[in-house]
Parts: sequence; C-alpha cells; structure tokens
Amino acid sequence: MSTPVARIDELAVSFATDTGPVRAVDGVSLDVAPGEVLAIVGESGSGKTVTAKTVLGLLPATATASGAVVLSGRDGTETDVVHVSAGELRQVRGRDVAMVFQEPSTALNPVYTVGWQITEGLRAHGRVSAKEARRRAVEVLRTVGIPDPEQRVDHYPHQFSGGQKQRVVIAMALVLNPGLIVADEPTTALDVTVQAEILDLLRSLRDSTGTAIVLITHNMGVVADLADRVAVMFHGKVVEEAPVADLFAAPQAEYTRSLLGAVPRVGEGTARAEARAAARPEGWADADPVVAAEHLTITYPGRFRRPGFTAVDDVSLTIRPGEVLGLVGESGSGKTTIARAVAGLQPVTDGSLRVLGTQMRGARGRALADMRPRLGFVFQDPATSFNPLLTIAECVAEPLVVHGRASSPDAARGRVDELLEAVQLPRSYGDRYPHELSGGQRQRASLARALALEPELLVADEPTSALDVSVQARVLELFAELQDELGFACLFVSHDLAVVDRLADRIAVLYRGRLVEEGTGAEVLGSPREEYTRRLLASLPVPDPVEQARRRAQPTPSAASHASGTNA
Amino acid sequence: MTAPEIAGGPGAAPATPEHLGGRGAWWRRLPVVRQVRQSVGLQRGMLVAGLVLCAVFVVTAVGARWIAPYGWSQLRTPDGTFGAQQPPSAEHWFGTTVGGYDVLSRVVWGAQTALLVVIVAVLASIVVGVLLGLVSGYFGGWADRILVLVADAVYAFPSLLLAILLAIVISGGQSSMWGGVLAAALSITVVFVPQYFRVVRAEVVRIKSEAFVDAARVLGTPHRRIMTRHVLRNSVRTLPLIVTLNASEAILTLAGLGFLGFGIEPTAAAEWGYDLQRAVADVTSGIWWTALFPGLAIVLAAMGMTLVGESLNDLADPRLRVRARNRKVAGSVAATSVATAPAGESSAAADPKEDS
Repeated sequence: MSTPVARIDELAVSFATDTGPVRAVDGVSLDVAPGEVLAIVGESGSGKTVTAKTVLGLLPATATASGAVVLSGRDGTETDVVHVSAGELRQVRGRDVAMVFQEPSTALNPVYTVGWQITEGLRAHGRVSAKEARRRAVEVLRTVGIPDPEQRVDHYPHQFSGGQKQRVVIAMALVLNPGLIVADEPTTALDVTVQAEILDLLRSLRDSTGTAIVLITHNMGVVADLADRVAVMFHGKVVEEAPVADLFAAPQAEYTRSLLGAVPRVGEGTARAEARAAARPEGWADADPVVAAEHLTITYPGRFRRPGFTAVDDVSLTIRPGEVLGLVGESGSGKTTIARAVAGLQPVTDGSLRVLGTQMRGARGRALADMRPRLGFVFQDPATSFNPLLTIAECVAEPLVVHGRASSPDAARGRVDELLEAVQLPRSYGDRYPHELSGGQRQRASLARALALEPELLVADEPTSALDVSVQARVLELFAELQDELGFACLFVSHDLAVVDRLADRIAVLYRGRLVEEGTGAEVLGSPREEYTRRLLASLPVPDPVEQARRRAQPTPSAASHASGTNA
Repeated sequence: MTAPEIAGGPGAAPATPEHLGGRGAWWRRLPVVRQVRQSVGLQRGMLVAGLVLCAVFVVTAVGARWIAPYGWSQLRTPDGTFGAQQPPSAEHWFGTTVGGYDVLSRVVWGAQTALLVVIVAVLASIVVGVLLGLVSGYFGGWADRILVLVADAVYAFPSLLLAILLAIVISGGQSSMWGGVLAAALSITVVFVPQYFRVVRAEVVRIKSEAFVDAARVLGTPHRRIMTRHVLRNSVRTLPLIVTLNASEAILTLAGLGFLGFGIEPTAAAEWGYDLQRAVADVTSGIWWTALFPGLAIVLAAMGMTLVGESLNDLADPRLRVRARNRKVAGSVAATSVATAPAGESSAAADPKEDS
C-alpha cells in the first residue's frame, strides 16, 4: 500500500494562445495512494481540469508540460506520462488510468451498443475472444448496477437514462481494472437524486475494487460526501491539502475559508424570510397578485401526428407584489417553461396565466406591449445573453431606448452609469464588450439591464447556475440587497434548493410538470409533506463530511421509490 | 485579451480596454493586419502571398491608365500600325495579338474590367443575398420554404449556363463597356445569391434562438430593430471569407463568359477571356505570347484571392489556427479567480480555452 498509484511532481503546464503563453498549472505536487479518493477543488480557471487531463496525457497540441506525472500500474510498472511516447501512453491509458467524463450523453458514441463501447478498451489492450469480451462487459455492467445486464449490453446509449449513461461510462473506465480513475465533474450534469446514486456507486466501487479515484469538482457537498483527502487549487497552485474532515473543520488557507464560506446551505434563508414576512403591511395578502396562474398547462406540439409533450401540467400559483417565489425542480420538470411563459416567450396552451394584469393565454404582440416594460428577465447563461457586438452600456441602455425613455444609447448613459453602480460594477465597465467581463460581472450587468425600467416583476431563470460558488454567493447577496431596496416581485427559478432557500419567501417544488408542494422555506425544507421533496432534500449532499457520514449511515427515506423514480 | 490587462478591479485603476486602444498601435488591429500578425509558418506564407497578388491586381486595375503603354483598342501610333502577331519586342513587351492589339496593354486594362465586375457582382449578391436571408431566416414560414427551394434549384442549375442565359437577356448580345460589365456582373450575381442567402439564413436561424435575442424580445423590441441591431450584425461575420472566395470565382466566370463569346466587345473594354479565345488558333502555330499572358493574369488574380480567402478562413477558426508552440513552460498564471480580490470580481474571463 505504500507506493502511490500516481505521483505528480512539480507539474507545470502552459498553453500557447493568440496573446502569448498562459500558464494554467504552476508547480503542482500531489500523491494519490491506492484506494484513496482525492478531490481536487477550485473554481474554473484554477487548473484542476488541466491537472487531471495531464494524468491521462490528454493535453491538446498547444500545451507544453514540465515536471513529472508517474503512474504505477497494478503490476508495478512505472510510467512518466509527461515524457513518454504516444505508443506507450496508449498502453498506459485504460490499463493504469481511466477517465470518467462530465457529460455522459456526449461521452458515449450514439451509433454503437454500450457493450461494443465497453469492450473496445479490451480489444485495444490485447486479444480477447468476442465471447470473453461480452462476458466481461456483462460483468462490469452488473458491477455498476445496471439491471438485466445480459439484455442491456446490446442496447444503444439513447435507451438509457442520464444516470444510467453515467454508470455505463464508469463501466467503460472500470473494464480493464485500472489502479486509478480520474473523474472530471462526474455528477455536474446530473440531477441531485441521480447524483446521490452515482456518488454511492463510486464509493462502493472504491471499496470493492480498491481503485483510487481523483475527483475533480467544484461542489463542496460532493467533496464532503466522497473524498478522503482534498487538494484546493487556486491560480494553478495547490494552496491547501488536507484530509477531508480537517479541511472542513479547520481550513488553513485564506482561500479555502472564503470558498467554504460561499457554499450555500439549506436553512440559511429561513430567518430572513420570516423577518420579511413579519414586516409586510396589513392587507398585503389581498393585493392584486403580480402573477396568477390557474390550471396552467403548456404543451410542446408533437411532430408527425405524435402526441405533444406536456411540459407544464395543471399548475396554479400566485406571486404577490414584492414577493420572491422560488421555483425548484430537476431538469425536465417544466420550471424554465413556466418562466418563459410568464415573460411571454412561450405560448400558454390551457388554463389561465395573468401577468401584471395581462392575460397571457392567446396574447400577441400588441397586447403584451403594455406589460413588457414592467417585467425584467435575467437569463441563465451570462455568456450568451448579451449581444457580443454591443458594449455593456449599449446593452443596458437597450430597454431605455426601445421604450422611448432615451433617444439613443449615448443619451441614456447617465442612467446606465447609475444602474451599473447599483449592481456594483464600475462605470468604466460600460465601455467594455461582454467578452471582456467575467461570468459574475456579466450576470451583474444582466441584472442591471433587467432593472433598467424599474420593473414590478423580475423573472430570473437559473441566474447563478453557470457561476462558480464564490461568485454565486456575491451575485445572490447583491440580488437580495436590490430586492430589499427596490421591492420588485420575483420568480426565481433554480435547480438548487440551497440557492432558492437563500432568497425566496415561498418555495414551489415542481416534479414532471406538476406542482407537488408549495409553502414558505421553513415549511417546504423544514418539514416537507411530499415524498418527492423529502427525497430531493435527502439527495442534496451537505458540505460537511461529519453530517454527510451520519446521513449516509441512516437509510434514505424509501430507497425503493428512489431507485424506480430515476431509472424511468 | 490578455487577462492582466483587464484585471484591474473596481478599486484599482482600470486598465484601458482593448477596443479603446489598450493594445498597442491602432494599425495592428486593422482586420487584415491583425490576421497577418496572428498567423505563423505556412499559413502566414499563404496569406502574404495572396495579399501580394491581390495588391498587384488592384494596383494594376486602378492605375491602368498610367501603367498600360497603349489603349485597349489602340491599333496604331502616329509612327504607324502595330502589326498583327508581332513577337515581344522593345515597343511591345508582350507582343501583339492577331487583331493587332498590344498584349501588355490588353492584360493591364483587362485587370480593370475584372475588378469592376468583381466589385459589382459581389456587392449586388451581398445586398440581395443578405436581405433575403435575413428576412427569410428571421420570420420563417412558407415564404422561407419557397426561397430555400428556389435557392436549391439555382444551385442545381449549371452556373455557367445560367450566366450565359442572363448575359444574353441583359445585354441583348451587343455591349458597351458598362453594359458588358453589368451584364457579366449581374449574371454572376444570380449564381452567387443562393450562397449568401443560405449562409446568412443559417446564421440567422441560429442567432434567433440565442439568449440575447430572447432578451430583446422580452423587452418588447420591434422586429425591425431586433433584425438590424441584434441579428444582422452577428450573422454576417463569415461573409468576408465567402466574398474573397467568390471574387476569384467571379473572375473565372467572367473569363468563361468572354471565352465563349458572351463577354465584352474588344473595342469597348479589354477582357482576358476574349483575348484567350482569340489566341486559341495562335497556339498551334507557335505564337505563345497571345495566350500565355492573359491566361497567367487570370490564374494569378484568381489564386491571389483564393489564397487570401482560404487563409482568412483558417485563421478565423481557432481550431484550424496554427500557433507558435513554446518549447518551455512559460507565461504567467492568468488571474481568473475572484476570491483574493475583495473589491469585487476583478478578474476577467481570462481564456476560455485553458479550462474546459
């Protein structure tokens, strides 16, 4: 057990870019012991993915690496991945080290059966008879918990659900029994309930096969759940390396402390919501709601006489003036569809949806003209929600110009500067182009644009899901401040319970287009009535290894429905 | 977009953004100059060769009146006639043609005709193609389907045949200089419009679903404003590349028309294709100079533009662009983090390529 399966020694990597070399990894030294789960955490750009890719020799042609990454195979051979020929590198991959990718739907080739893809690794590393290869594929599929592996081995990737696809990807990594698996954000693309299952699987695989896992992630909950040891990366360097319990209990580095402080936790927002509820004026509940949906149904039309797909099914909810409603659900639950319908981007099929007094069902162009300036929208991906050819000031001025409050972007500059300062961006940033801002800055500018007309209602569709944890914390804080100050009502859509809890007065939980539970944060998160909400809460990993171990020890509520719900 | 330049936080004095002149002399950021600086090795060689050829072509065309020793339809000087099929000499560097014209002058003036046709053809096809593509892609519906069908039909038609047909319709067989130039240019236009239409339409359909167009729709922006301000400018980025490639094709089509006798009369303007056709009989009798020089002019002009187009195309795509590899690990870590700069996320999206 003494020799590490991977030893990274003074690794440095730089990339040739259009503006000269950029260093991504700067003198990283790490050891991975057999059977150990080492988590590498850090925000995007910290070099964690590049470090992981170097271990497999997957760097692009523009990269230059120095230092050493020595892999020890199960048979005791040692290979330095950085200074090895392409042929030897192929030998090492799969046998000594394998990779689990972030997005299972793109990591699998859609035109081959999963069995073929699993056995491809066997064929690449020596002669195996077709029968033997198939036997090994079935065996490894059973190991990763795919039911009926004898039949499923001949199925194509699209016949599996997202979580099962990730299991197949893990099976592909496992088939040659490597000493080390590198998992790059293995659960980021998955829903929380599925994420919990994949984390369970990785843990049991480590225990049964003794393979070491290098886990790349930005999710501190996942780290607390799975890791034995954590390396925190920042600016291409390892700033702290500690066993998981020590790291969470007593972080040494300043950066680690701020990173942990930024992680949202369920239950933080309860006090704030209660204080806000108490401060409401008399008769507030009787005021005209800003959004009133009654039996709202939205269907996407099917093609070629196939039945349409019902994305939102009989949902009724209201948002009163100045209230923040958090809409939570997994992917495909219809939360974004509701947000788009409220903004008039998606036609309503059935039921009634009144937004700011306008009936949205059947409404066209002119009927919406009155409501449009009173509504703001913040999009999920700050990278695409700005016209790349306009400066930030021009983008923010756009609503003012369109609605005749200013004759030109230049004339609106005074107001734009005020707005930028309100979202804590310096005035000079108005002259920059969107690509010159970071994700968090862009999302602030997006907020400034949405608030330009002082709307009564703000629709925010996953505004922080594309951001790093520490950036997310700041944007959420800013959001809460502005909401307190300006008093707009808000529909806040997110897949993350902890994020919603931080801001929302009331939380609505969606499951497959239906509204399963609605209430204040304390009600929904504190004592959930519905089975699904309980499962959602139980699956959410807590960024605290001790608490997470305790939760793991006790059985999750109704493990049976847990499994059936996600395999569908 | 180096990170340190835009890393000035709200607290620190913000560095000048690159579009305000934060990146060296202004001329370095001019479209073509920037690409030349960006390129390395073979790609740079191709681009520079193409640019030189194009520059020679344009200078010759514009300065034809000073460069050419004689007029394009000049047959005599006060000293006497040139004589037909004279070999290269001190008076006629490239010799004379069967009709008694000076080959050098015809080649030089021919560049002017070619440039005019290219400019008119490309401008006309851009205006028509972009307009149709924008409207068709943005609104969709049955009009869109019909336009796509028509564009496909035009594609399927042999382009030279179509050009001949139009040349006859437009000029009615005889031609002055501008009549001939317009006839040739517009017949080329009809062949090119479907290309621009399809490229712009495909881009518009893609851009239409981008979040920033949704953002404009949520604001209640009128369609006209969305189309001009948000969609149009974002969907014409690839056009310069098609333009350079089409320009070379336009020269070849013009030469083809001239060669087949649908071009411009020799008395109205000089035209390479026509000269080449008149030289066909000369080649068998050992008179090489009447065919070689116009032919060479066509090849070099077309090649210059193709080289520029192809290299710009490769340079515009980060995956095809070759970069100088550094032998040692170098450079500094880009400031991509937010945590150590308490004044706000002072860092910027440093380089999306470095972390995937």
